[in-house]
Amino acid sequence: MAATAAALQFSAQVSSLNNYNDLHPDWTQREVSTGTTIMAVEFDGGVVMGADSRTTTGSYIANRVTDKLTPIHDRIFCCRSGSAADTQAIADAVTYQLGFHSIELDEAPLVQTAASLFRDMCYRYREELMAGIIVAGWDQRRGGQVYTVPVGGMLTRQPVSVGGSGSSYIYGYVDSNYRTGMNKEECLKFTAGALTLAMERDGSSGGVVRMAIITEKGVERQVILGNQLPQFSTV
Amino acid sequence: MYRYSSDSYGKGVSTGTTILALKFSGGVIIGSDSRASMGGSYVSSKLINKLVQVHDRIFCCMSGSLADAQAITRAAKFQLGFHRELCYQHKEELSAGFITAGWDRKKGPQVYSVSLGGMLVSQPFAIGGSGSTYIYGYVDAKYKPGMTREECQTFAVNALALAMGRDNVSGGVAHLAIISEKGVEHVVVPGDKLPKFHDK
Repeated sequence: MAATAAALQFSAQVSSLNNYNDLHPDWTQREVSTGTTIMAVEFDGGVVMGADSRTTTGSYIANRVTDKLTPIHDRIFCCRSGSAADTQAIADAVTYQLGFHSIELDEAPLVQTAASLFRDMCYRYREELMAGIIVAGWDQRRGGQVYTVPVGGMLTRQPVSVGGSGSSYIYGYVDSNYRTGMNKEECLKFTAGALTLAMERDGSSGGVVRMAIITEKGVERQVILGNQLPQFSTV
Repeated sequence: MYRYSSDSYGKGVSTGTTILALKFSGGVIIGSDSRASMGGSYVSSKLINKLVQVHDRIFCCMSGSLADAQAITRAAKFQLGFHRELCYQHKEELSAGFITAGWDRKKGPQVYSVSLGGMLVSQPFAIGGSGSTYIYGYVDAKYKPGMTREECQTFAVNALALAMGRDNVSGGVAHLAIISEKGVEHVVVPGDKLPKFHDK
């Protein structure tokens, strides 16, 4: 399959002079990627995580209802951006490692442990991988936490983190609207608003808004469909 | 990197700047940062003015290569001075890769932007330059048609401050020009007087 893809790519380069790219659709030569907007916010008592739902192969939308919020453990989730294959493989590996670690300790794992495992893998294989991941969850020791592991394999904890291709467009909105000490409802509104704005501007983000709220009590999932998204009055 | 970056980022023409223009009832506000950089890490000038006055009540802001922008605006100024009526009809040819905003008697306040492909669009507000990607979400959320002059001014300063906070090739002071029937007013907001947003 890789050989076919490579052959198609080569022939596309050669034939670009003749300009009959219409015969070879864009998605046969592109890798599946979660061009994306992902976000996570800490509040007192937990975290709110959100993501769009579009997975693209070049310009074709391979999946318009993707779930980019992946459970790693009971109260630890990750948001995935970048190459779909890379992030799925990393998430599977970390889920296994974390599960094993939790059984050894006989207690719930820390969010920081999960984030460190992501970081170890993303840094060690940084040349081969294209993955930007936000790890968030709740644990007994430190409450709600958000850690971000961008492309390259850095690890840092932030009260609010955005990622993916659509994130560039909402830095201004996030900087101006985030306040410390927001409660769960305010965080939900903030996340839904930010993701909606990014989806409006970024061609690689779209579909529905999926959110997860993680607290001591457990995980609550929400979906906001296209026609229920907040409206902003632009021209 | 095609898998990760969105298409418009790093196209190359609009770099090193944040520019914006918005319409309010009675006039327009046009604004920019003031940093010029070469090669992304050397700041060659901290205080250049990117707002160019092409006529009494028409300004444009430049983004991209400064040499190109200056050549184009000089040509525009020359033509406007000589053939006034004709030039109003040929506004399209006079700006390239810019945001042009101003006030005239026929149509009142107007904001035009010419995008990379050459499309001319009249809009209530326009943003451009490398720093503009970071504030698309903010301006989409905050802009309301029919704002007063004070609200527009606060909006413009906030948007520039947010963009300058995130874009390392935008910075310095915020230049604003407020254009209305009465004339043009320049406002400069130095870096330490810009609004500060939550710094994580």
